Amino acid sequence: MAVQAAVSVENVSLSYFTPERETLALSNISFDINNGEFIAIVGSSGCGKSTLLSLMSGLIKPSQGSISVGGRAVDAPSPRVGYMFQKDTLLEWRTVLENVLIGAELLGLDMKAAKIRAKDLLTRYGLGEFLHAFPAQLSGGMRQRAALARTLCPNPDLLLLDEPFSALDYQIRLALSEEIAAILRAENKTVILVTHDIGEAISMATRVVVMSRRPGRIKSEHHISFPSFGATRPTPLDARKCPEFAGYFQTIWDELDLHQI
Amino acid sequence: MTMDAVSSQSSRSPVRSGNSESAAYQAYRRRRRLETWFVKGMQVGLVALLLLVWEVAPRMGWINPMLTSYPSAIFRTLAMIAADGTLALHTWTTLSEILVGFIGGMVLGTLIAIALWASPMLYRITDPFIVVLNALPKIALVPIFYIWLGDMASIYAMAIAVSLFVTVLMLYSGFQSIDTDKIRLVRLFGASKFRILTKIVLPGSVPTMVSTVKVNIGLALVGVIVGEFQAAKAGLGYLITYGSQIFQINLVMAAVLVLALISSVLFMIVQGLLTTVLKRYRLDSIAT
Repeated sequence: MAVQAAVSVENVSLSYFTPERETLALSNISFDINNGEFIAIVGSSGCGKSTLLSLMSGLIKPSQGSISVGGRAVDAPSPRVGYMFQKDTLLEWRTVLENVLIGAELLGLDMKAAKIRAKDLLTRYGLGEFLHAFPAQLSGGMRQRAALARTLCPNPDLLLLDEPFSALDYQIRLALSEEIAAILRAENKTVILVTHDIGEAISMATRVVVMSRRPGRIKSEHHISFPSFGATRPTPLDARKCPEFAGYFQTIWDELDLHQI
Repeated sequence: MTMDAVSSQSSRSPVRSGNSESAAYQAYRRRRRLETWFVKGMQVGLVALLLLVWEVAPRMGWINPMLTSYPSAIFRTLAMIAADGTLALHTWTTLSEILVGFIGGMVLGTLIAIALWASPMLYRITDPFIVVLNALPKIALVPIFYIWLGDMASIYAMAIAVSLFVTVLMLYSGFQSIDTDKIRLVRLFGASKFRILTKIVLPGSVPTMVSTVKVNIGLALVGVIVGEFQAAKAGLGYLITYGSQIFQINLVMAAVLVLALISSVLFMIVQGLLTTVLKRYRLDSIAT
């Protein structure tokens, strides 16, 4: 039996309208993602990479083309897809545990089971003592880990990460991407990471998709591997130390064409 | 505080726990306590001075007692109307009107703000009218309300009218300023418009509602008193107009005094309520 692509994006275009003009945000985008694959989409700001995630989540519909997740067409948000925002978007009037449970609550899942899973996730992410704390009492890194627990609590197959580390300090960012990469690898999730940070993309993903400026198109794809590290996949921090890292970085940097700024 | 910590001879670590306070920190705390007592003392002293001057000046013939009365006479009047039940009747009338006006304005304003949030089209259509109605001095409507609604209902209407449009505008802009990512978050879990309202927009607007409540309690008071000036057969506003018509300055002053008392008690109740609510929401910073 042929392996079903986890995500399939076919000829997707998106235009949006304002009273002044019509803007073509995405133009003719196609790609497939296999189960368990971790891909990163890089592009300069405004290239429509976040819009692409919104399309895959079902929050907005493409003007043309189609998207399917797990073989089913996407036409509305679904619990099979988890989405993590740039900001943690924790609700400050709910405790950490209540924040993690909001998905189960809205989806009408079994709250008892969800509570056990939420506590388990939070404990594993080092937030066991903060179940009943409010978000204001957590540090930036802890908040983002709570947001990850909230995303993973309904057990999605596909995870969309929209620059989830960009609001954090550089050191915390490296440490957290290390942690989250380990978590996601252990859970064997299919992941799409959108970022403008080339190093983050290369160190975390197995495939990097480069997008052009508006209208966003796919410019190139790079399969990332680190033969010098051996057969296993290095962690993000180890990947940054591999000799291949600099080469990938240079190639993608040139493609992003940043000197136009 | 930093300066004290630096100047302290015994300081070994910059941060101290509560039970090992340095001498300098104790001195700082003592100074703060003294300052607080000084401020309170000055406030009481100012009131005492005012009462004293007010009492002495008319008695010495420096000012006309017909115009200002004096505190002891006002308190005698107050004791008299308290004893014969007049005070209780008028105070209760005004207080109940304030509560009806305040709650009415709040509930109606919240419902309208929710409707405007739910329907951007409705907002676009009604926006200029709401802005104009908000700018209109509602006091100009007192005679119209009186003709239309009679004595009792016109006072309620006035109290509601004064606070309604401010409530609508404040709450609507509060609803609009909710982080769109939070709305996207619950939409990802399939939330309907109603769920977005109850799970995100309303709880997220608690700080806005808090400020609205603070503004409205004062506005409801204004509306009620203005309404009573025109229409009432009872209430403190009525007592004030009645007292001035029969040139009983004692009565006017006594009514104003009770009104001041009511507004401070209401304000303290609201403040206490808000502190409790905001603590629940861990937003203590906004309470001040």
